[in-house]
Amino acid sequence: MSYKIFKINEDLKEFMPPEVIDLEEKATWGNPKRGVMDLPYAKELIEEHSLCAGCPESAAFRYILASLPNPEDTIIVNSTGCTSLVFPHIALHTVHSLFGNQNAVASGIKRVLEWRFPDKVKDVVVLAGDGATVDIGLDMTLQSFFRQEKITTICFDNEVYANTGGQESGMTVKGHVFKMAPKGKQWDKVPMWQIAIDSGCHYVVRMTVSSPKKVEKVIKQAIYVAREVGPTYIHLYTPCILEIGLNSDDGLEEMRRTDKERFKFFEYMTDEAKEVIQRKKEEGLL
Amino acid sequence: MQKTEHVQYNRAGQRVVSPDYLLFEAPREKQFMTGSEVVKEAVKRASVDASVSYPITPQSEAAHLIGELWVEGYVGVYFRGESEFGVMSEIAGCAMAGARSITTTSGPGTLRAMENFPMWAGSRLPIQLVLMARGVNSPLSIQPDNLEMSFLLDTGCMIWHAENAQELFDMILAGFVVAEQPDVHVPLITAIDGFFISHTREAVMLPPDDIALPPYNPYKSPMVPLDMEMAPGRFLRDPYVMKSNYISYAAHTSWQFEVRAAIERSRPYAKHYLRGLIEEFGDPEAEIVFVASGTAAAQAKEATLMLLHEEGVKARVVRLKTIRPFPTQELIEALRGAKYVFVPEFNVIGWLEREVRRALYGNLDVPVIGSPRVAGGMTMPPEFIVKEILQFLGKEVKHVV
Repeated sequence: MSYKIFKINEDLKEFMPPEVIDLEEKATWGNPKRGVMDLPYAKELIEEHSLCAGCPESAAFRYILASLPNPEDTIIVNSTGCTSLVFPHIALHTVHSLFGNQNAVASGIKRVLEWRFPDKVKDVVVLAGDGATVDIGLDMTLQSFFRQEKITTICFDNEVYANTGGQESGMTVKGHVFKMAPKGKQWDKVPMWQIAIDSGCHYVVRMTVSSPKKVEKVIKQAIYVAREVGPTYIHLYTPCILEIGLNSDDGLEEMRRTDKERFKFFEYMTDEAKEVIQRKKEEGLL
Repeated sequence: MQKTEHVQYNRAGQRVVSPDYLLFEAPREKQFMTGSEVVKEAVKRASVDASVSYPITPQSEAAHLIGELWVEGYVGVYFRGESEFGVMSEIAGCAMAGARSITTTSGPGTLRAMENFPMWAGSRLPIQLVLMARGVNSPLSIQPDNLEMSFLLDTGCMIWHAENAQELFDMILAGFVVAEQPDVHVPLITAIDGFFISHTREAVMLPPDDIALPPYNPYKSPMVPLDMEMAPGRFLRDPYVMKSNYISYAAHTSWQFEVRAAIERSRPYAKHYLRGLIEEFGDPEAEIVFVASGTAAAQAKEATLMLLHEEGVKARVVRLKTIRPFPTQELIEALRGAKYVFVPEFNVIGWLEREVRRALYGNLDVPVIGSPRVAGGMTMPPEFIVKEILQFLGKEVKHVV
């Protein structure tokens, strides 16, 4: 529809909490040029959050929600884990159904919305952790890529099952000691960005969230390509400062450090994706 | 002044008629079809928006045929998922986005998909699952056996059990209407015994195929459809799990009670569209009563006729059409005067016997005998049932099965 669904009945306005009124009056709706530069001025689509103080994932959430080009018609699908603690705080339609099935649910939603609203653009974005995306949900993540579902999949990789107390995940670096890997992880980190390319994604990025403007650009490109071409995959390093023993203000430094090594910015796009991105640049939307 | 009739068409171009007209009044023609084929015929007349499929015997053919309807423009969205777990999640996504949704599965597929069913119910998705029951592993079996139904009893889904292809057809249509009532709005599992119904051909009466059910209106749902056409609802913005306090636990409890209450509220609708939650067959005075559902009920009916005509033994059948909600009151009423209750079943544990015992306990004092019972693909010929009864009564058994 439009951001009008956030309009509050005048007669009820006096009973509404201020953050809901702010959503109507101060959030950026109907403006595809919105972005992280709005953060200090506009009402964010995320109302506080329930993650740890200084958690880089919370920063990633804020940048992503500030960068959605079409929030008034964006549906977000999530999964179980730290990310699922944030979804109740997001002002859009979000859904948590099960652990690992996020790309399957998103596929159903996207296809039905295309059928129900053939003349409208409805973006479907998956936001899930590394356990959900790469371990328990790998099958459904990849199958949605194989089927060329027009959805954007964003993986918050903190290299550990953080919400359940710090267990080894497929994305843990080899040798790292976590719970359930008391001798250290015995095998390599899964190269998910490469698997995404091989599985048919049209736009793939691996990065940290140390640079908000860069995150904005990548998110917009991924959503525009997914809308027109097919699946896109963004792999973000959002370290769990709690589980790797850092202080609340150390997250940014940790990401800057890994920017130079295993999370060095990596971008892949197919020719069709390139064409979309070029066109959106010419339209002034990127 | 003459009233002007407003004629409506669905997206497939079929004339929209009331559920009552489609189910009870429209002229019907006789066809000779398998259970799988009647699934297609029902879906064709149901204004279905979405279906997701996956191969597993014996439900595959029904799923293929829904695909043909998609090609012909009768179904909006159709594709093959990656596994039953994936499929049940994908169809959940379809329903969340506001689609009238149907899918099919069998046996091991049901178990693989299991985590999804309580999620469907808790999300208040009126998805219809056509369950063509088959044995579950191990050892590997693809034969008829409805053990899987016992695992589904407490998932928060409604469960109906069709006796034959005709009833499957009518139940699929009635199922959407009942499941989508705003005060019900929970999933429905329409079960049949695989192979016996899916793969055998029988006479069915079908209404014309240029009329169909009114399309689903997702904005009547008690939950906001995920299409960003309405303001987000509290369930989406504030799932109770997120707060660890007494209120959140109480809210979660009441949510689960509400799902069960919604199933209870389906009773009057199901009673109307299924013409009663139970069917009584045979001499109403008979003291030997079979309580059964699905194919077991069909076999018990035949056995009842054999007992009467060949042995002079009076018996009757109380057939349960709905398992969730369980027709407790109807069953108690129907069993007054019964001396022995036999529960013939196609599974090893006797889940229906348990259900019957629970319903009767403290209400009606009558011996319940969980017999005859077959499983793993064994058939239950009426002679077999007759033999059980004669042996129980201490009479001579002439037949050898």
